[in-house]
Amino acid sequence: MRPNVVVVGASAGGLRALEKVLGSLPPGFDVPIVAVQHRSRESELFATVIQGRIALPVREAEDKEALAAPGVYLAPPDYHLLLEPGGGLALSTDEPVSFSRPSIDVLFESAADTYGPGVLAVLLTGANHDGARGLTRIRAAGGVAIVQDPATAESPEMPAAAITRGAVDHVLSLGDIAGELVRRSVS
Amino acid sequence: MMSSRSGIHGRFDVAASAEAEGSAASAHATSRAMTREGGPLSAESRATPLEAGRATRAEPAVPAFAGVSPLERLEMELLLEAIHRHYGYDFRQYAPSSLRRRLKRRLEGEGLATFSALQDRVLHEPAAMEALLRDMSVNVTGMFRDPTFFRSLREKVVPMLRTYPSVRIWHAGCASGEEVYAMAILLEEEGLYERSRLYATDMNAEALEHARTGIFPIARMREYTTNYLQAGGTRSFSEYYTASYGAALFHARLRENVLFAQHNLATDTSFSEFNVILCRNVLIYFDRDLKERTLRLFGDSLSPLGFLCLGRRESLRFTKVEQEFEELDPKERIYRRAGPPRPHREVELEGHLDRELAPSSRPTRTRGTG
Repeated sequence: MRPNVVVVGASAGGLRALEKVLGSLPPGFDVPIVAVQHRSRESELFATVIQGRIALPVREAEDKEALAAPGVYLAPPDYHLLLEPGGGLALSTDEPVSFSRPSIDVLFESAADTYGPGVLAVLLTGANHDGARGLTRIRAAGGVAIVQDPATAESPEMPAAAITRGAVDHVLSLGDIAGELVRRSVS
Repeated sequence: MMSSRSGIHGRFDVAASAEAEGSAASAHATSRAMTREGGPLSAESRATPLEAGRATRAEPAVPAFAGVSPLERLEMELLLEAIHRHYGYDFRQYAPSSLRRRLKRRLEGEGLATFSALQDRVLHEPAAMEALLRDMSVNVTGMFRDPTFFRSLREKVVPMLRTYPSVRIWHAGCASGEEVYAMAILLEEEGLYERSRLYATDMNAEALEHARTGIFPIARMREYTTNYLQAGGTRSFSEYYTASYGAALFHARLRENVLFAQHNLATDTSFSEFNVILCRNVLIYFDRDLKERTLRLFGDSLSPLGFLCLGRRESLRFTKVEQEFEELDPKERIYRRAGPPRPHREVELEGHLDRELAPSSRPTRTRGTG
C-alpha cells in the first residue's frame, strides 16, 4: 500500500546520510517525512544546515503541528517526537530512552501504533542500537522497514543491530534508498 | 509519600464538587483544595462520582490507532474511564500517543499483559494507582533549564514587574519544583522576592511533597550552576544550598513566599489572578481540546498585561486565544496578555490564599509520610 508517512532514524554520520537520501527525493515528494537525528541539546542549527542542502522543505517540529507534504519534520533537540492519530505531531519530555532524546524507537513505535501498515521506515547510520525495537513494532503492525547496508554506513552498529534482530524488509545501500521510497510512494 | 486512599479520593472529591456546584462554588472548592493539600474533605462537599463525571463530559474521544487492535483500544479507553470515575483523575483528553506510551510502560512495570489487568489492579490497589500517577505526571525538569529563557525573563519581564507593588506568579504543573526554586533565586537577585508570591501547583501530591523539602540531588548541581550562569545569575549558585549526604538542601528562605498546592489543570478551575503564569512542557501532554481549555483557564487567571510562559516548542499558534496575546519574546515563547483591564475578581479568595501564606499559618505537611 501507499504509505501515509515515512519515518527516518539516524545517529552518528546522519547529516551526510540524510542529505543523500532526502536530497535525492523529488522536491514534490508527497508523503510527509518525519525524522529523528540524534544530536546534542544545543544543536539548533541542524534543520537550517540540512535545508541548505536539499530541496524538500525542512523544519523542526512544533507540538501539535499537522503533517503536510511535501515536507520533512525534524525532532527538536531534547524532545521526543511522536505521531498522533489524526495526522499531527506531538512532543514529549519523558526521560531519554537508551540515553537518547529524541529517541528513534519512540518515534517508530508511535508510528506503528498510529498508522499500522501505512508506515515506511528507514534506519540509517549510527553507533548505538536505537531504532531496532521500533522497526520490530513497525513490521508487526504491517509497515515496511528499510535499513541502510552497514557496509555503506559511516557508523554501522545501528543498522547492523536492526538486521541482527531481524527487523528488516530491505537492506539497501545508501544510494538506493531514495529510489525505493519513490517506488513505494507511487501507486 | 502519598500513600493513603483518602489522599487520592480527597482529590477526587474536590474535582467532583467543583463540577457539580458550578463556577462560583468551584473556585471556593479549589481554594479549599489548596489549603487542605488534597486531604479528605468534609461531607457537604462530596458528590457522587457518577453525577459529577457524567454531568459535563461528552463521551471520551476514542483515539484511532490503526496499528493497535480494536480490543486493546477498547481496554485502554475503559481503563481511562475507570480511573476517572473512581479516582477523579481525567486522562481522557491527554495527547494519545504519549499517554499510550506511559500506560504501556506502567503495564511493563506491573508485569501485566493487558490494560484490563491493569485496570483491575489500579482499582483495587491504591498503591498501583499511585505508581500510575507517578508515571503520568513525571515531567523532566531542572533548574534554569533553557537558560536563555530565564535570561529573557530577567531582561524583558522583570523590568515590568518592578513597576508593580506586588507580584503574583503561578507555576502550573511544577512537578518536583526545581523551576520554582530557580524563579525564587532570580527574583531574589532582582530585588523582587520580598514582594512576590509564588503559587506552585501540580496534580501529583507526591511531587509536591518533594518540592516542599527543597532537597535535590547534588549530582545535578554542576549542570544547574552552568545553567544559572548562562541565565544571567549574579552570585555564586552554591550560596543557595547546603550540601550534605549527597543532597543539596536549598535554603528555606527560597520557599518562604511559595505556596505548593494540588491543582489539576484537566479538571480544576481558576483560583486567583496572576501577573505571570509559567506552564512549560505541560501542554504537550494534552490534546488540542484540553490545551484550549487550559489556555482559556490561563487567560482567565492572568491580570491585564500579564505574562504567559510556555515551553520552547509550544505555542499559541492556531489556538483560540492567540489573538488575546502578543509575543513578547517569540523564541523563548513568552507572551503578554493584551486587551483592556478588567475588574479584579474573587477578592475573598485572594484574602484566603494570602492568609495562607502568612508565617503563622504557612502550610506544612498535612499528611503523614508513611
